[in-house]
Formats: sequence, structure tokens, C-alpha cells
Amino acid sequence: MKKKIIYILLGAFCLLVVPAVSWMGSSAIAAETKVRTEDPGGVTTGNITDVTAAKAGEPTLTELGNQVGHNKVAINIIWTLITGFLVFFMQAGFAMVETGLTRAKNASHTMAMNLFVYGLGVFGFWMCGFAIMFGGVGALGTLGGFDGLNQEVSINLFGHAFGLFGTKGFFLSGVYDVGVFTLFLFQVVFMDTAATIPTGAMSERWKFLSFTIYGVVVGAIIYPIFGNWVWGGGWLSQLGSNFHLGHGHVDFAGSSVVHMTGGVIALVGAWILGPRIGKYNKDRSVNAIPGHNIPMAVIGAIILAFGWFGFNPGSTLAGCDLRISVVAVNTLIASIMGAMASTFWMWIFRSKKPDPTMMVNGLLAGLVAITAPCAFVNVQAAGFIGLVSGILAVEGAFFVERKLRVDDPVGAVAVHGFNGAWGCLALGLFADGTYGDGWNGVTGTVKGLFYGDASQFAAEFIGVLTNFIVIGAISYIVFKLIGLGVGNRVSAKTEMQGLDIPEMGVEGYAGIKMDKNSETPLSR
Amino acid sequence: MKKIEAIIRMTQFEKVKAALKEVGIDFFSYWDATGVGNEITKEERSYRGTVYDTEYIPRRVLNIVVRDINLQKTVDCLLKNAFTGEVGDGKIFVWNIDDSYRIRTGERGDSSLYIDPNR
Repeated sequence: MKKKIIYILLGAFCLLVVPAVSWMGSSAIAAETKVRTEDPGGVTTGNITDVTAAKAGEPTLTELGNQVGHNKVAINIIWTLITGFLVFFMQAGFAMVETGLTRAKNASHTMAMNLFVYGLGVFGFWMCGFAIMFGGVGALGTLGGFDGLNQEVSINLFGHAFGLFGTKGFFLSGVYDVGVFTLFLFQVVFMDTAATIPTGAMSERWKFLSFTIYGVVVGAIIYPIFGNWVWGGGWLSQLGSNFHLGHGHVDFAGSSVVHMTGGVIALVGAWILGPRIGKYNKDRSVNAIPGHNIPMAVIGAIILAFGWFGFNPGSTLAGCDLRISVVAVNTLIASIMGAMASTFWMWIFRSKKPDPTMMVNGLLAGLVAITAPCAFVNVQAAGFIGLVSGILAVEGAFFVERKLRVDDPVGAVAVHGFNGAWGCLALGLFADGTYGDGWNGVTGTVKGLFYGDASQFAAEFIGVLTNFIVIGAISYIVFKLIGLGVGNRVSAKTEMQGLDIPEMGVEGYAGIKMDKNSETPLSR
Repeated sequence: MKKIEAIIRMTQFEKVKAALKEVGIDFFSYWDATGVGNEITKEERSYRGTVYDTEYIPRRVLNIVVRDINLQKTVDCLLKNAFTGEVGDGKIFVWNIDDSYRIRTGERGDSSLYIDPNR
């Protein structure tokens, strides 16, 4: 009974006294400072009183100009950062595609590679990769104009400076600027995309220790060197101003810098590792080693397509550059044409079935191929580029698997390597001259062969060839050295058992019984 | 006491189970098995352009222990309901059981297999 009375009194207190006191308090406070009415429609919020000025509400022209400039750079920085976050999310996409297309007994290992390459690669890029790639890039035009990234090592050939690598900004020291940090974030997630491509081609037999060393080296050295040549002010970008080859090697968002680099490393790595046990028979026939989780692979592809809306449009590094709308639509159209082309190609000409894994590859191939030209072509060209890329992905996968006899479980070489090259060459053909005035220091918009500038195609070709040769050579040396040091491939016993327990200790699917027949290859 | 080991198609299992219940046999274990046999498997699996055949023959194995008086009606029921007429319908094996116990009560022999219908 006592308890009941106490509860009733407590309830009365809460219901009556507390609201009364807070109403009195709020009206007392409000009476002192309230100067604005509520603005539910957002009509009066944000006006001249918000402009930073010595006298609130009466800015001078300079103060007004400062605010405008500040807002312009703010839009650019916000855009670059947010699209950078989207590109980071592509890590999840790659992880899911790769794990879905490989066997369950290696799931923990494949997933760990894709997660850890983020850590290792970013560390390598922070340590010295960013400095090598962007140490000499010059003033950051859209991101506030900081010009402290001004140390580029060049050599003089044929009377011109050939920029090779930068030397400013190791561990981001000496460049503590908001513009630089924005650029760093955006560029590091691009490096991460390139770094995670080889993990797909080399999965199911790659020693985790070898991968760990690779992870740091790719972010620290392999990726940044070619990246400097194209995006850091290096010699490939100066082919235009030095040798009148168009605007130099132009690569808007990285078909060559990111995807072809990743694809070439994947090809070299998968070739050095050798095929998975049971993939090829003595009579030259090929066995299917089916992926264990097609739903995961498809969701991964959709995540990648979503992230690509950060990858391509974000590469303007400027939200104020309204070409982003064209870039985004070009990206979209190329991706769907790629998906349709690969699916119909499989359906009609190859396996007579619309293979979902090739659907995934076609979607990604379209995205890879449009990555370089997306800002420079019209949407019909984008559609055509996507169409070709889808077919190229399928035929490329067969070529790599059957002719080159390099075992690529996820088709990374065909999707990223071949289509990365196609993307750059397509730019050299289809760039229509509606964008890119002043690109790489050359006046005039970017035009391709079909719009009157054959030299642009030549510059693209030189860039693609350079990528293949140089990245191929560097990654070959790196993998060979790692192989001499710690060994690249796991033992046959480990490979048959599944890498999860011997390499990682942790099973991917603990407690789930797997069909033993799915772990050995099946053939006709 | 006899044990009936019946290897039947997956597709016939529900029918067999219902029919067995109808004749009063509703106590047995079963598991899935893969086998090698006479059935011609024509599979159409393909993965990234490589067509392959798993040569799986999936079947379900029923393990029914009955008293001697129920042996014939169980076998007849199985023969009738697991039948489809295609190659690969399966087989029935009959084993002799030396002894049987019910764990809960400790009963032995025929009474351990007897389940009172009015329970």
C-alpha cells in the first residue's frame, strides 16, 4: 500500500511539476535571446548575416568574395571526400566478388586478403607512395591551390624533362594542408582498388606472408610510380606539351593507372604462382572449379557498381565541375551495356546459358573500360565502349584460361587488365572535344582520333604499352624477390586442405559441413 | 527382429514416409547418401564456359527396424511407393537383428520395438 502511494505521488510529480518548470524556464531563456522566427520551409535560413564579415550582415566586397571562394573550394572538398568514401566501400565489393567466386574452404583467407590489403596498402601509400606519386604534382587547383607538392625528380631526354617520381610528403609530413589531405584520401582509396585486384587472380594458393609483403610494396612503390607518370605530373602526362601528342596520356579516373596496373600485376602474379591444383589436366583440358557463393558475388558486383559512382564522377576533384553529371551517366550506361553484352555473348555464343559470373564480369568490365574516357566521350560512345568491354571480358577470360593457361579464378586479368587498356585506347578514339580544356597543360579540349586528333590515340597507346611493360617488369621482380625470401605459393597439402586453417587459423565457415566433392575440381 | 535398409530416390521420400505411417511404421532413421550406380546422370552444369558433370547420384537411405510380423508389410509398402519405373529406383536390404533395447525403459527384444498405438 505504501509503495502504491509513493508511485502515485511520483507520477503526479512527473506529470505536473516537471513540464511546468521546464515551460517557465524555456520561456524565461527564450525571452532573453530569441531573435528569429522558426523556419520550417528553409526560406529565410542562410542569408547575408551568415557571410563571415567584420560587421555582421554588412560584408565588404572582399569579404563577400572570400566567402564565395571559400564555399567553392568547400563544395569541391566535400565532393572529393564523399566520393572517396564511396570508393572505399568498393573494398567490400571486391571482397565479396572474390570470395563468392572461390571455394568455401578458402573463404577466410580470401576475405582476409581483401581486408588486410586496405591496411597494408594504405600504410605503404602513406609511408612513401603518396610522396612518390604526388610529391611533384604542383598546385591543387580545385582543392584550394596549395602548391607545396613541388618536388619532382626528372631526367632530361630528347631535350625535355621526363618526370619520374616525387619526393615530398613522406608520411604526409610537411604538407599539413586541407587540400592535400583531401587529395590523399581520394587517391589512397584508388590505390587500394588497384591493390585488391591481384588478390582475386592469385587467391586459393597464395601464401599470406607473401601477400602481406606485396600489400605494402604495391602501395609504396608499384602503383605510385606509374601513377606519378600519369597523374603526378610525370612524363606520360607531358607527352602533349613535350611532344605534341594530344594532351599527353589522359586517364580520367584510372583505367590504366588503377585497373590495368591491377590487371597486369594479377597476370604476372597468377602466372608466377601457377594454376590451382586440379585446374588443368595433362591432356590440356580445363576443369571447372565453381565458386561457392554466387549470391555474394552478385551483391559484390552491385556494391562495386555503386562505389564506381564515386570512382568516376569524383575524379573531377570538384563538385563545382558540373561535368560530373555526364561522367555519372556515361559510367552508368557503359556498365549496363557491359553486363548485357557479356551475358548475351555467353548465352548465344559460348555456354548457351546466361552465366551469372560472366554477368558480374561484364558489368565490371563496362565500368573499367569507361573509367578513363568517362569525362570525355558522349553517351552513345560510352554505350559502345561498354558493349565492346563486355565481349572483351568474356573472350579475354577464355583467352587467359585456355590459351595463356594462367589460372584466374575471378577473371581479374580479363576485366581489369584487358579492359583497362581498352578504356584508354577508347579515349584516344572517342574523346569528342566537349571537355578538358587545358588538360595536362595543353590548351584546347581533349579530342580523339574520330574527332580529328590521332596523336591523342598515340599518347594513349604509349601509356598503355608503358603500363604493360613497366608494371609487368616491376611486379615480376617484386614477386620473384618475395618468392626467394619467403615463398609465394602454399604447399600442395595446404592447398588441398583449404587455406583457412593452415594459413589463417580461423575457418571461414566454422561449424558448417562442406561437400567434399566441391573441393576437388569436376570435369566432364 | 529385422532391419530394413532401403535406398530410395529423394523425390519418393515424402510419399514413402506417408505410406509407411499409414501401415503403422512411423519410427525409423534416414540419411542422405551419394552413390555410384546404373542411373544415367545427364547434368547441365557449366561454370564460366566449362561444362562439367558431377556424376552425383543422390539417394536417401532409410533404416527401419521392425518385428518379424511387420517385415512383409513394410517391404511391400516400400516396394510399392518407392517405385517410379526408371532405372535407379533403388534397393531394399533385409538384415537380421540379434537384439534390441529401448533406452528409456530398458525393455528388450520384441517389446522394445512395439509402440502402443493408443499411447
